[in-house]
Amino acid sequence: MNTEYTLSILTENNVGLLQNIVTEFTKRKINIDSFTGSETENKDIYRITILVNASEQLIKKIANSIEQIIDVFRVVVYKDDELVYQELALYKVPTKSLLDSNSVENIVRENNARILYVGKEITVIEKTGHKEQTQELFEKLKPYNILGFSRSGRIALSNKNMKSVNKFLTKQLKNDSATYEPVK
Amino acid sequence: MTVKKNPKKGKLDQVLKSPKLKMKNISGAEAVVLSLIAEDIKCLFGYPGGAIMPVYDELYRYQEHINHILVRHEQGATHAAQGHARITNKASVCLATSGPGATNLITGIADAQIDSTPMVCITGQVPSTLLGTDAFQETDVIGVTMPVTKWNYQITKASEVPEIIAKAFYIANSGRPGPVVIDITKDAQLGMLDFEYKKCVAVRTYEPVPKINKDAVAKAVELINKAKKPFMLVGHGVLISKAQKELLKFLELTGIPCGMTLQGLSALPTSHPLNTGMLGMHGNYGPNIKTNECDVLIAIGMRFDDRVTGDVTRYAKQAQVIHIEIDPAEINKNVFAHVPLIGDAKAALKALMPKLKKKKYIKWLKEFDACKKEEYKKVVKEDIYPKSDGLTMGEVVRMVSEKTEGRAIIVTDVGQHQMVAARYYDYEQTDSWISSGGLGTMGFCLPAAFGAKMAAPKREVVAIIGDGGFQMTLQELGTIWQSELSVKIIILNNNFLGMVRQWQQLFFDKRYSFVELKNPDFVAITKGFGIEAAKVDERKNLSNGLDIMFEHDGPYLLEVVCEKERNVFPMIPSGAAVNEIRLD
Repeated sequence: MNTEYTLSILTENNVGLLQNIVTEFTKRKINIDSFTGSETENKDIYRITILVNASEQLIKKIANSIEQIIDVFRVVVYKDDELVYQELALYKVPTKSLLDSNSVENIVRENNARILYVGKEITVIEKTGHKEQTQELFEKLKPYNILGFSRSGRIALSNKNMKSVNKFLTKQLKNDSATYEPVK
Repeated sequence: MTVKKNPKKGKLDQVLKSPKLKMKNISGAEAVVLSLIAEDIKCLFGYPGGAIMPVYDELYRYQEHINHILVRHEQGATHAAQGHARITNKASVCLATSGPGATNLITGIADAQIDSTPMVCITGQVPSTLLGTDAFQETDVIGVTMPVTKWNYQITKASEVPEIIAKAFYIANSGRPGPVVIDITKDAQLGMLDFEYKKCVAVRTYEPVPKINKDAVAKAVELINKAKKPFMLVGHGVLISKAQKELLKFLELTGIPCGMTLQGLSALPTSHPLNTGMLGMHGNYGPNIKTNECDVLIAIGMRFDDRVTGDVTRYAKQAQVIHIEIDPAEINKNVFAHVPLIGDAKAALKALMPKLKKKKYIKWLKEFDACKKEEYKKVVKEDIYPKSDGLTMGEVVRMVSEKTEGRAIIVTDVGQHQMVAARYYDYEQTDSWISSGGLGTMGFCLPAAFGAKMAAPKREVVAIIGDGGFQMTLQELGTIWQSELSVKIIILNNNFLGMVRQWQQLFFDKRYSFVELKNPDFVAITKGFGIEAAKVDERKNLSNGLDIMFEHDGPYLLEVVCEKERNVFPMIPSGAAVNEIRLD
């Protein structure tokens, strides 16, 4: 049975790592639904957030494999109810649609979206929320001619204070990324 | 072209004697060679080319301190390094140039990855200013080798050389060993640095040897002590961990019978009464049948590969599984572990010993004996004492075993002969089996054999190869000749790609699709490479032929013509459960 899982992968700040991590999914023929990366509250630690639809068993195996990659500190697997998560969506509509009636303006108000940019020809609307909400807005705006649409990946933070993970990371950061000793 | 004759020799001796190993203003290439020397590398296997020439120039200068073996194809370098590393249990080194040189290494690297062999591959790369321009002999080596290495890195500045090489050796050697690729751009080789070598002892995100969990140990001990029909699966991890003594103590205390995986062969002498034989697709009858009858299954240093488990949904479902394994990613990957014991094999065995009870399982062992007798009657007898006219691979291996008293290092290629060599050689000494298991790379044997001989010059190294596999890397005969390595090579020639032919016979109605080989005169080719060779095609000449080979001072090849169509049994067909193993 497949469920939506979010993997929070904490790594050293190394670019080549992305390929390594993605390979763990592609080699098992698993589609990545969303993929974002950024620094964390700690500049030495980078977080890659991956959204994936798979069975619990398979996710555990993938998480274990990813954790063994050099430069990965830890992998935490979350279900939706263990997270606070958000996505961003941008919708491009003709400015004419906004001027013809106040329907689009009402939609923006009612859906807690905002108008990000107004140009002569096009207007861009922005909405943050969960996928269902940004999708709902998409459906509502469709009749008014959506010229462009882009959705960001999911970013997420645990809804608990991850004490043991933080403790582990603090301990790790006390060391250099690699430790060397003189030859004896 | 002027040739320098060790102008810095005096300085090097001074440096190598100095505890700090420092040198000012040297090139990145020199730093590479000095780093290898600092890591105690006595020999490396490689093939030069444009992008790695600066390093080769330094190797020339330091040739009294480090030996380079010129292979004939970069794939040969990787397999030689594997053969070498399987004996020394430490990372061996291959060296190649950019582009095709590097891509020729990939098969060997993938092989080392899946068989957990420590290896450091150093490849030359185009100058960093040309990266991404499709320059001459440029390939994205880092991108291409990422899925098959434990770690890889591209050095673009000379100053990175000592640290990265140190890190490479640390990662390759520690925990579950594996291959590491270091790609060095030409300008990094030519750039200058102040050299100081320090060994890498830790990498922040990496815990190679997890600490053994005391609760897991207690649970395992409880299960083992209560077991009525325990069975132990011994894998490669025991050899990597050098836990042979601990294993012996464990078995003799607990009286538990064990079976070896292909890569676990020689962890315990074949003749030991508790060694019930080999597991897996072409393993012995008893170990496979009894896996699905035991109540406690103790797996140590093995990963439940599909060749061992057969249909994993019907594998040991009745047993409580204890999985002793150093790589956390292997736990619950294929088979559910009721008691995962994550850690080094040697340390785990030591932790288990104190509370284990001394036991004997007389009735249980008799069941294995019964299986052994049946297998002997139906399969073994005809293999090793055949009534047929043609020679069987089994009888050749048996005779080699007797003549070497079970003390040679057996290196094999891939196919029927590989399974036969695994089954019929009596491994009395440990670290005596070198074969491509996980990847099953044909062409592995010949270079791996001379790699092993370099690591163990005093031991007899016997390469047992099929006629197909031999032709994949036969150019390495040149390496053997040039380096004067005394490897004994036996081609078991059945003029077929035997294993594939067997499957076509059993599962494809004998449609022998492109498996029949029109073979050359192996003896003439070998002699052309300056190596003595002979051919045996009758039983009455076999013993004498082998004697001549073993007594010859230097490398020798013996071609033994075997029966064209003979099948390797027992066999667990694809998709069958381990207890559905066929004896015919």
